[in-house]
Amino acid sequence: MEALNLFIKSIFIDNMVFAYFLGMCSYLAVSKTVKTSVGLGIAVTFVLLITVPVNYLLDTYVLKEGALVWLLGEDAASIDLSFLSFILFIALIASMTQIVEMVVERFTPALYAQLGIFLPLIAVNCAILGASLFMQQRAFPNVGHATVYGLGSGLGWMVAIVTLAAVREHLKYNKIPAPLKGLGITFILVGLMSMAFMGFMGIKL
Amino acid sequence: MLVNPISKNNPVIVLVLGICSALAVTAQLKPALVMGLSVTVVVAFANVIISLLRNTIPARIRIIVQLVVVAALVIIVEQFLKAYAYEVWGQLSVYIGLIITNCILMGRLEAFALGNRPFDSFLDGIGNGLGYTLILVIIAFFRELLGSGKLFGFQVIPDCLYEAGYVNNGLMIMPPMALIVVGCIIWVHRSINKDLQEK
Repeated sequence: MEALNLFIKSIFIDNMVFAYFLGMCSYLAVSKTVKTSVGLGIAVTFVLLITVPVNYLLDTYVLKEGALVWLLGEDAASIDLSFLSFILFIALIASMTQIVEMVVERFTPALYAQLGIFLPLIAVNCAILGASLFMQQRAFPNVGHATVYGLGSGLGWMVAIVTLAAVREHLKYNKIPAPLKGLGITFILVGLMSMAFMGFMGIKL
Repeated sequence: MLVNPISKNNPVIVLVLGICSALAVTAQLKPALVMGLSVTVVVAFANVIISLLRNTIPARIRIIVQLVVVAALVIIVEQFLKAYAYEVWGQLSVYIGLIITNCILMGRLEAFALGNRPFDSFLDGIGNGLGYTLILVIIAFFRELLGSGKLFGFQVIPDCLYEAGYVNNGLMIMPPMALIVVGCIIWVHRSINKDLQEK
């Protein structure tokens, strides 16, 4: 039940885009058509689903204060490596995207053809690193919760990009003041969507 | 090189880089300014380091090399803020770590530092950092002034106005207004620089 609550919360209330502005660069650049944005959404969800739990394990068994006790015995209780977390998280994310890319290419060439160009870009998408840092900050009790959080944030990001792409496809036919065209109106649009998502605040299962 | 990125090639409102943190930390002026300066320092030094290494980095693994250099610099900045500005460090929370994936960094490293000399790269980094800081400060100015009636934490809207019925616009400090304020800044900027308008 608690996990389901976390899942719903990470999709709608703590939405990566509307509440924390994560992954904005690719969000604005790729949301021109629904088809490509669905592809990128799936890729982001996929990578989040893998990196958040793996980084959770890294954090719990290597980085946290006293996390090395299982390896080095009681003497290690005072070792705190958490200042290294940025560099290790990003290295792990970069190598994970590399592995995911190879696995997808090997086993599902059709999906690879669709995602191909986006996968390498994902390593520098701040939604991925952001989810790992939020995971560390919120101190989830077990790896299951971390997995659910990763999946939920990915789906939330996907919902955001697909809806924006759908609106932008229709925007083409409207008359917009010249200085607002393109980027300006998109920002205001995302602001209004974010306001709508504020309506989910306070929902608790 | 130093002036160009401040308006005509501004990283945030023209090249659309580094939006995430520009929106998230701008509810108040102080964290926005600290964030802007941190990014300036990181971009400038990452540019210099990558520019010095540019002839020795193999092209295929350059992204990982860049990430490692940037991550190391960000750790230094984070530890520095934690030691000397603990309160702001708490407000910025995960967004300091997210400087690593700030697109301004990757963009400048790829587009400039890999092909230019260290001193030019340094100036380019400072210019882009300042362009970013400028936008952050403008957004934060409006959000803090209208959202909580303060600037840098000091009250600027006089009490008599509140007594006369003036109310702070609470929505300004919520996420949606950050996006709309950026939209308006782009609107103004493009009305002045007509050549930037999209067709």
